[in-house]
Amino acid sequence: MSVALAEPPRRSAAAWVGSGIRDWLPAAVLFAGFLVCWEVLVAVFQIKQFILPGPLAIAAAWRAELPALWAATTYTLTEILAGLGIGVIAGILAGVVTARFATLRDSFLPFAIAANSVPIIAFAPIFNNWFGIANPLSKAMIAAVLCFFPVMINTVRGLRNVDPAALELMRSYAAGEWDVFRRVRVPNALPFIFTALRLATTLATIGAVVGEYFGAPKVSLGQYVATAFGYLSVENAWAAIVFTAAIGITLYLLVVLLERLVMPWYNARAEVT
Amino acid sequence: MTAAPVVELAGVSKRFGGSAGAVDALSGIDLRIGRGEFVSLIGPSGCGKSTLLRIVGDLIAPTSGSVTVNGKTAAQARLDRDYGMVFQVPVLFDWRTVQKNVELPLEIIGMPKPERAAKASSMLALVELSAFAGHRPWQLSGGMQQRVAIARALALDPAILLMDEPFGALDEMTRERMNLELLRIWERTGTTVIFVTHSIPEAVFLSTRVVVMSARPGRITHVVDVDLPRERNVDTREMERYFELVTEVREALRAGEGPPADGDPASGRVRAEGLSG
Repeated sequence: MSVALAEPPRRSAAAWVGSGIRDWLPAAVLFAGFLVCWEVLVAVFQIKQFILPGPLAIAAAWRAELPALWAATTYTLTEILAGLGIGVIAGILAGVVTARFATLRDSFLPFAIAANSVPIIAFAPIFNNWFGIANPLSKAMIAAVLCFFPVMINTVRGLRNVDPAALELMRSYAAGEWDVFRRVRVPNALPFIFTALRLATTLATIGAVVGEYFGAPKVSLGQYVATAFGYLSVENAWAAIVFTAAIGITLYLLVVLLERLVMPWYNARAEVT
Repeated sequence: MTAAPVVELAGVSKRFGGSAGAVDALSGIDLRIGRGEFVSLIGPSGCGKSTLLRIVGDLIAPTSGSVTVNGKTAAQARLDRDYGMVFQVPVLFDWRTVQKNVELPLEIIGMPKPERAAKASSMLALVELSAFAGHRPWQLSGGMQQRVAIARALALDPAILLMDEPFGALDEMTRERMNLELLRIWERTGTTVIFVTHSIPEAVFLSTRVVVMSARPGRITHVVDVDLPRERNVDTREMERYFELVTEVREALRAGEGPPADGDPASGRVRAEGLSG
């Protein structure tokens, strides 16, 4: 058990960045190779621009359209963040209440699990109708509903899925319900909740952009893509899709970073065991 | 045992399940445990020894009978934090350091931070893990984790230490070392210990009395007084009297199994001896 005698791992910031680069290097090389293949295939087979533009054409469109794309990105990002905030907070609160009361677990949880397997995105036009097609709240609410169910379900699971011996231990200390909640249940639920948060970033991005396809102001990413396709400026549409992907990836990485800050023990343990 | 017992069980029984599939886990348990005793509960799986431990600790309620702890009900004793529990698994929290795991019960009773830290440090010194205060539980070996659990159980200076097969998951070498460690801690603290185990040598080596139980329904069949010198060490395991006591407990366990299914005459003889003893 050399592990038992080792000092707790303390790595310098430089070492952390260094190992980060090493971890990501293979993926970066693969992605670069993918872009090169794409460009070559488009050129060799003379694929029409409106079928599939090459990466260079997309990059050119990206530069030319930057101001418009940036405005659309800001607009859509606001919807995504609002939706994420509403969905995640509501999901966690609903999860806490549902975990606490057995009758709610029996009645509401099966409903939530069923709702989670329904393609909620199909309701996007209805939300546009309810909250107003030009109102960013309509897209935020689609994003929020998409995030709500996985966050709520995972919160319930994390709060309930506690080692029975841990509960016996707390009972032997005559610990109150609040003590059990904050000292055992919440830390136990954190890994579950973060798993749902990662998923929620993706779902919120999908919810907002697809909601915009069904109608939104011109300044949104979804409408930008729809309009660009309408005018067969396919490289412009692709440039907007690159922005959408960048939003999704950035939000995901922010959650991963937050996860490392909030539960350092979790990843450190995963590295050892 | 003339002094008032720390734990007194009278006519305790426990039935699990409804009327149709009811199982009698325990039946007619009477037991008195004096201050500073080390009592082991031993018996086959399903004899209700863990259930009995949990009834003493007010983790589950008996179906009938009474449990008196320090002259109080078990529930009151639990609310007064008279118990320290150690389970087969250490139940340490990964989100806390070793030190903070030991501080957990002290946080619950609302002890101020400086006192808490000092108390936890002295408990870690008791189990000789001071050097690992800043480690996380998963960085420790199984035996060390269980020592942290013992330190945590003793942090509130409980009147009674309840241990449910605490070394059952450890290898034999570690287990023997932990036995010595536990005896040293018991000597230092003077805590009354109730110890559930599957291991006959462990029960004899540690205890002042071994309570032998049998299954269906769970009941006490024998109580073996361990008259070994109180000061025990590695040599104790090689004493003549130690082997005699191990044999006595083994035969008592076999006697409790009831008539052998295949009618083995040898077991029948042992059974008769066990009952007369």
